[in-house]
Amino acid sequence: MNAATLRATSAPTAAAQRAPAPRAGGGRLELAGLERAFGAYRALDGLDLTVERGEFIALLGPSGCGKSTALNCIAGLLPLTGGAILLDGKPIHELAPEERGFGMVFQSYALFPHMTIRKNVGFGLAMQGVPKAEAEARIDAALDLVRLKSQGDKLPGQLSGGQQQRVAIARAIVIRPPLVLMDEPLSNLDAKLRLEMRAEIRAIHEAIGSTTIYVTHDQDEALSLADRIVVMANGVIRQVGTPEELYERPNHVDVADFMGFRTRILGRVTADGSMVELPGGRLALPAARGLRAGTPVTVSVRPEDFVASKGEARGGDGLTGTVRSIEYRGRAWFGSAALPDGTLVYFRADSTLPQGAPVILAPDPARTLIFEETGR
Amino acid sequence: MSDMVLQGAAQRPARPALKTRLAAKGFDGTTLLVLPGLIAVLALFIYPFLYGVVDSLTPQAGAWYENYRRFFSDPFLYNTISATLWLALPVTLLNLLLAVPIAFRVRLMRRQRLLTTLLVLPITLGTVLVAEGLLNFLGPQGWFNRTLILIGLLDTPLRLTNNYWGVFASLLITGFPFAFLLTLSYVTGIDPAIEQAAATLGASAWRRFTRIFLPLLVPGLSVTFCLAFVQAFAVFPSAVLLGAPAGATRVISIAAYSAAFEEYNHSLGSAIAIIMGAVQLLVVLAVLGLRGFFYRGSASGTKG
Amino acid sequence: MIRDRGLGSKLWRTAVWAVTLLFILNLLGVIATVVTNSLATRWLGTWLPVDFTTRWYFAAWREFQLTEVLLVTFQVVFLVTLLSGLIGITTAYALARRDFAGKRFVVLVFLLPLLVPPLTYGIPLATLLYQVGLGGSFWGVVIINLVPSIPFVVLVMIPFIEQIDPRVEAAARVFGAGTGSLFTRILLPLLLPGMLAALLLVLVRTIAMFELTFLVAGPTSQTLVVSLYYAVFASGVRASQSIDAMAVVYMVTTLFWLILALRFVNPTQIVARAKQSQPAH
Repeated sequence: MNAATLRATSAPTAAAQRAPAPRAGGGRLELAGLERAFGAYRALDGLDLTVERGEFIALLGPSGCGKSTALNCIAGLLPLTGGAILLDGKPIHELAPEERGFGMVFQSYALFPHMTIRKNVGFGLAMQGVPKAEAEARIDAALDLVRLKSQGDKLPGQLSGGQQQRVAIARAIVIRPPLVLMDEPLSNLDAKLRLEMRAEIRAIHEAIGSTTIYVTHDQDEALSLADRIVVMANGVIRQVGTPEELYERPNHVDVADFMGFRTRILGRVTADGSMVELPGGRLALPAARGLRAGTPVTVSVRPEDFVASKGEARGGDGLTGTVRSIEYRGRAWFGSAALPDGTLVYFRADSTLPQGAPVILAPDPARTLIFEETGR
Repeated sequence: MSDMVLQGAAQRPARPALKTRLAAKGFDGTTLLVLPGLIAVLALFIYPFLYGVVDSLTPQAGAWYENYRRFFSDPFLYNTISATLWLALPVTLLNLLLAVPIAFRVRLMRRQRLLTTLLVLPITLGTVLVAEGLLNFLGPQGWFNRTLILIGLLDTPLRLTNNYWGVFASLLITGFPFAFLLTLSYVTGIDPAIEQAAATLGASAWRRFTRIFLPLLVPGLSVTFCLAFVQAFAVFPSAVLLGAPAGATRVISIAAYSAAFEEYNHSLGSAIAIIMGAVQLLVVLAVLGLRGFFYRGSASGTKG
Repeated sequence: MIRDRGLGSKLWRTAVWAVTLLFILNLLGVIATVVTNSLATRWLGTWLPVDFTTRWYFAAWREFQLTEVLLVTFQVVFLVTLLSGLIGITTAYALARRDFAGKRFVVLVFLLPLLVPPLTYGIPLATLLYQVGLGGSFWGVVIINLVPSIPFVVLVMIPFIEQIDPRVEAAARVFGAGTGSLFTRILLPLLLPGMLAALLLVLVRTIAMFELTFLVAGPTSQTLVVSLYYAVFASGVRASQSIDAMAVVYMVTTLFWLILALRFVNPTQIVARAKQSQPAH
C-alpha cells in the first residue's frame, strides 16, 4: 500500500470545498524534554519534538508506548514531571487545560450527554464568552463542515457512532484552536466507517489549517493522514519522518515491525563481511556492507518481499525452511515457514506449496533491512 | 411487510400449541421461577399492606374515617408529621450537601477502600448502637463537650442529648455514609473523559461542576435524596433513646408504635402507619417530579 | 482526572478533607466511648475512667442472658439469609432472563418494600402475625424479616445475573447439559461470588434490623439488637457499663460479618446495587 496514493484519494472532499471554513492558522508547538513518571514507571522519558504551523503529526506506537500520555500532557490533563511545552515560543505547560484553548477529540467522543448537538458544539464558545449571534454562526459553519447541520437539536445518544465522532470533531474545531489533539478518534468505529472518517478528518484539517496531533496505533491511519509520523516505544521517540521515509527506511527494529516488516531473523555478518549468516543459509545483502565481521544483526523483511519456491537453498541464494501454513489471498499465496532453528518467517509464493515441504526463501535484497543489534 | 402477511397466513391453519404461544410471550418454565418470590412478597407485603388499609378504615368505634379524623384533629398526633419532617428534611439535605463535595474529592483517590470501609461502619452498626454511643459521647461529660471546652469554644457543656440535636446527630451519623456511598457510585459512574473534554474547551473547575457534573448528577442525586429521606423519615429507636419522645422528637413512628402496641389500638396504629407512608410518598414524588425537568439518560458516556 | 492547582482550590480541598476528618473522628469517638465505658470501673466527669475491668462483660452475659439471645439471633439471621437467598435468587434469575408482560409491575412489587418505611407495613403485618398466633414467636421474627430481605436479594442479583452471557447457558445446553448439571456446573460457579455478596449483605442487614424485629419479638425470640434497645431504654435499671458491654458484644458480632462481607464486596455495594453492568449492544 502506498501512502502517496492513499493521500491523493482522501484529500479534497465536498465538505472541504463547501464550507468557507475559518482559517484558524495553527500554532507552532515545541516539546522539550517532556517527562511524565507514574511512581517509578516512566511513561514519557524525555520527549523532544517540534511541530510546525499547520502540520498534521501522527503519534504512532503500540498501547502503553506513551503516546496517549504525551497527548494528555500537551492538553494539560496530566501535569508534567519534567520538561517544557512551548506554543509559538511561549511556555504553556503550567497552564490548566481550560487556559490552553486547544481542541481535543476523545476516543470515547466524550460528548455531553445532557446537551443537544448544538449545545455540545457551542460549549467552548460559551466558555470563551463569544457573543450569541457569532456563536450561532460558527456552530452552523462547524456543523456544516462535518455535515450534521440537520441533527443540531438531537441529543448525542440519538446519533450513530460516526455521527457522534463528527460532533466531537466539530466541537473541538469550532473554538479555532491553535492546536487540535485527537486521541485514537476512530478506534470505536467499524472498518468501513473508519476509512470514510479518515478521509474526512484529513479534509477538515486542510480546510481549517490547524496544527494537529493525532494519536493512533494503526499504521495505515498514520501513513494516510499525517505529514509526519512520530513512532514511539517505551516512552521515547524511535523515529520521526514522513510516511514515505518511515515506510521505506525504518531505522529501528521496532519501527520496522510497525511498518509491516513481519519477519525478524537473528544472524551474524560473515567473516569476510560480504554476507549475513542466518539459520538455514546465508544471504548476500547490500545493506550488510560496512558492518564488522561477526556483528550480530537482525534482518527484517516484509512478507510480500520474501518469496518462497520449491527446493533447497544452495550457497547464498536464500534460506531453507519448512512450510508451516499457507493461504490464498487473491493474486498470490501467503504463508509461514520455519527455519531450522524454529524462527518463523512470513513469505509470499506464486503457487501453492504443500505443508511440510522444504522451500527456498529468497528476500528481495533491496527491500531487506539489517539492524545492528539483536533487537529483542 | 409482505413477509409478515405470509407468515400470518402460514400460521393460521395449524395454531401452535399453547406452550409455544406462551413461550413466545416470555412465559415458560423459567418465568415460573418468579412465583416463589412473588408469592412471598404478595403474602408478606402486599396483603398485610391492604389489610392495614382496611384495618385503618374499621376503627374500634365511630365512622369508617374515625381514625383519620382523630389523627388530624389531635395535635399530639398530627404534630408528629411536622416533627418528623423537621428532622428528616434538614438532615437529608445536609447529608447530601456534605456528600457531594466529599465524593468529588474521594473519586480522585486511588485507595478509597479504607475510607469507604470506615464510613460503612455506622450503617452496619445500626441506629440502636449509634444512639447508645451518642448518649455518652454527646452527654454533658462526654468527649464531644469536653473537647469543645478544652479548645475554648465553649464555657459550659451544650445539651445535646434527649432533645432534637441528639436525634439530628444520630441521623447524620447513620445517614451521611449512606448518602455518601450512593453519591460516590454515581459520581464515579461519569466518564472522566467528559470532564476532560469540558476542560479542554475552556471550562473552569466551577463551570465544569455547574454545567456538566450537576446536570448529569441530578437524576442520581434525586434518587439518593429519596432513599436517604426514606431512612431518615422512618427514624424510630434514636428518637426514643436520644431524643425527647414525648416532646420535640415525638416522630410519627413513635405515634404509630404506641397506638398499636401500647394502646393496643391496631386500627389506629395502621392508620398512622399508612399516613406515614403517604407523607413519605408525597415527598418522594415531589422530588422525582422536580427531577423530570433535567436530563435523564446515562451519564457514563455516549459510547455504544 | 483533572487536579486543579491554585489557592482557592487548595483551600476548598482542605475544607472538604477537614469536614471528612471531623466526621470520622466523631464516629470513632462514639465507638470508642462505648468500648471504654464497657471496660470502666467508674467513669464520671473525667476524660478517662478511674480504672479498667472486664467484669461488666460477665455481668452483662448473665443479666441479659446473652447465650440465649445470641443463639436466637444466629438462628433468625441464618434462617432469614437462607430463605431469602433461595427465594430471591430463583426470582432474580427469572426476572433477569425473561421478558414477559407485566415484568415492570413485578419489579415494582419487589422495589416497594425497600421504599416504604418499615413501620408502614410492619404494623399491619405484626397485627396479622399476632392474630394467627405467630406474634412473639421465633417464626414471626423470621417471617417479618423476610419482607425486606427477599426484595433486596432480588434487586442485588438481577444485574449480576444479567451480566452472565446467556450464550454460556446455551452453549452448555448444546453440549448436552441437562437442567440439573446446567445449574450445578455452570450457573452455580458463575453466580457464587454474587450470591455470596448478596447473602452476606442480607446477613449484616438482618443483624442490625431493629424496627421490624422489635414489633414481633417476644421474650424468647429477642435478637441482640432488640435486647440492646430494651437495655438502653430501661437504662436506669442496670449499670451503664453493663449495657455498653452488651453493645460491644453486638458490635463484635456485626463487625465480624461485616469484615467477612468486605472480603467479597465493595463497601459501596452495601448501600447501592452492584455496579450496573454495561448493557451489551
